[in-house]
Amino acid sequence: MAVHTGPSVAPAADGTPVRGRSRGAGGPAGKTRPPGGLRRALSVHWYAWTMVAPVVVVIGVIIGYPLLRGVYLSLTDANERNVERNIGVNHLPATYEFVGLDNYTDALTGSQFLGTLGWTLVWTVSCVSVTFALGLGLATLLNRRIAGRSLYRMLLILPWAVPGFVSVFAWRFLYNEDRGLLNKLLAGGGIDAVPWLNDPTWAKFSVIAVNVWLGVPFMMVALLGGLQSISGEMYEAAEMDGANARQRFRHITMPGLRPVSTTVILLSTIWTFNMFPVIFLLTRGGPGEATQILVTQAYKFSFEISPRDYAQSSTWGVLILVLLMLFAAVYRRVLRKQGDTW
Amino acid sequence: MAPAANTPRRGRRSPLASVALHTTLVVASVIAVFPVLWVFLTSLKPASYATTTDFFRDPTFENYTGLLRDTPFLTWFGNSLLIAGLTTLLGVFTAATTGYAVSRFRFPGKRGLMWTLLVTQMFPVAVLIVPIYNIMAGLGLLNRSAGLVITYMTISVPFCAWMMKGFFDTIPREIDESGMVDGLTPFGTFFRLILPLARPGLAVTAFYSFITAWGEVAYASAFMVGDENLTLAGGLQKFVNQYGAQWGPMTAASVLIAIPAAVVFLFAQRHLVTGMSAGAVKG
Repeated sequence: MAVHTGPSVAPAADGTPVRGRSRGAGGPAGKTRPPGGLRRALSVHWYAWTMVAPVVVVIGVIIGYPLLRGVYLSLTDANERNVERNIGVNHLPATYEFVGLDNYTDALTGSQFLGTLGWTLVWTVSCVSVTFALGLGLATLLNRRIAGRSLYRMLLILPWAVPGFVSVFAWRFLYNEDRGLLNKLLAGGGIDAVPWLNDPTWAKFSVIAVNVWLGVPFMMVALLGGLQSISGEMYEAAEMDGANARQRFRHITMPGLRPVSTTVILLSTIWTFNMFPVIFLLTRGGPGEATQILVTQAYKFSFEISPRDYAQSSTWGVLILVLLMLFAAVYRRVLRKQGDTW
Repeated sequence: MAPAANTPRRGRRSPLASVALHTTLVVASVIAVFPVLWVFLTSLKPASYATTTDFFRDPTFENYTGLLRDTPFLTWFGNSLLIAGLTTLLGVFTAATTGYAVSRFRFPGKRGLMWTLLVTQMFPVAVLIVPIYNIMAGLGLLNRSAGLVITYMTISVPFCAWMMKGFFDTIPREIDESGMVDGLTPFGTFFRLILPLARPGLAVTAFYSFITAWGEVAYASAFMVGDENLTLAGGLQKFVNQYGAQWGPMTAASVLIAIPAAVVFLFAQRHLVTGMSAGAVKG
């Protein structure tokens, strides 16, 4: 956390605790200031506020406003037929109505949202845990003195270097049931073709496999960075004291990796939960709705079914955001209880 | 990043352990590389062999010439280049000063801003896509590059600000102080001293926001229709739909999209990880 103050910042400004969460950027300065505080705060902070102004404006206009509209749409029965639209030269005003929390009640009591949420959780937990385990394993191997280390490293991060949608199409090519390479190889071994993307269970397995394949390189590189920042002397000292490899891993490596691993786990959980392209491009959520995660289902409501159900889609969007923020808050609290300053 | 030299010096490995280590790494590397390599090899095969298991047979560039001649690939490529390029430029310019202010100054509203930047990284595409779609439809910006650029700024601006803060944090504060002593204003310090020093960081941020826009699928699929307006992510879907697949052009296009990105990426990746984890860990 940056605690340094700009050299010309008046001490009064710094003495004021800046803890208030609700204080918006550029908002009036704290109430604890002496009279004329606003003017004073302006004269002290105007350059900082000017510097952040472009981002505040952008966030307000193209994120804040749509977000509020999205929340509002989730409280209405908006769909393709009743939103404001232009047909030819005719302008049709919006005719959708405010329905309160009905959409939320429907989503939370119906089976579709909860079912999709269940699979989304399975998807996220399995992707993140497998990716982390493989990433940690490979990072540990690469952290040793070994011939060809940089070549291995280069080859192993290749999946990260290729644009995601390209990789996903490459996998679709391999997974193809009649003509894909995987099934041809199985046939060579006398094994029946596997319906990789056409059977609910196999499809779930296949999408997880692709996402893990895509995610391991980042995990590996980040953890390798963490491993390399652990001092070698700690290991030497431990070895002197007779600690075996497992004990060294448990008492030096794991604690040393904590700052990196907590961050990458949080990031990759959020990314995986929201991972749109893998599901959308591999299976379109199918077969049936077997691999549909919350994000792709919300997209489907507004862009793939007819009439487009904007209200339902927005409701799911808001629920996803709330879930993620809850997760991040709980995660942070747990870490803090364990003594991390995150 | 810490130097690699501090790897613990342990007892020599037994030959058996060495073999196991190399075997594991070779298997992992093959799994990592193979799908990409396979697409590359397929792109060089004549259409009639596209789905055979032959590694390399009658290599030809006909998939590439066909792709460039008979499909709007170059148009899609141009669209993607324009959209991702503009997004990057606007994102980096808008966010540069913010990254600096958040890295150096303590000011009322800073916590709120940091928190907002963090939360926007969690935004699922589903929460903004409908309202932005409706707004763009109202403004007549659907199916226009400008609409997609504005939309992508919702992703790139918070991200760039966040990442640049990480890079500015690594520049010693003594430099700012020396600038102040020489009578520069905070703006002068930033533009004349810090920004030139932060060039590598800016380059990495720009690069990363470029490839994010380059590879974006959801907004591009929803907002752009009609062959001549698609980006690469939308265009590639044209080759593989539920009615059948044209693997020849698909693989050739994949190679043309992936190779330049991968080459640059492999050069930039060390800094990428540093920037991301620095931004996140010290947040």
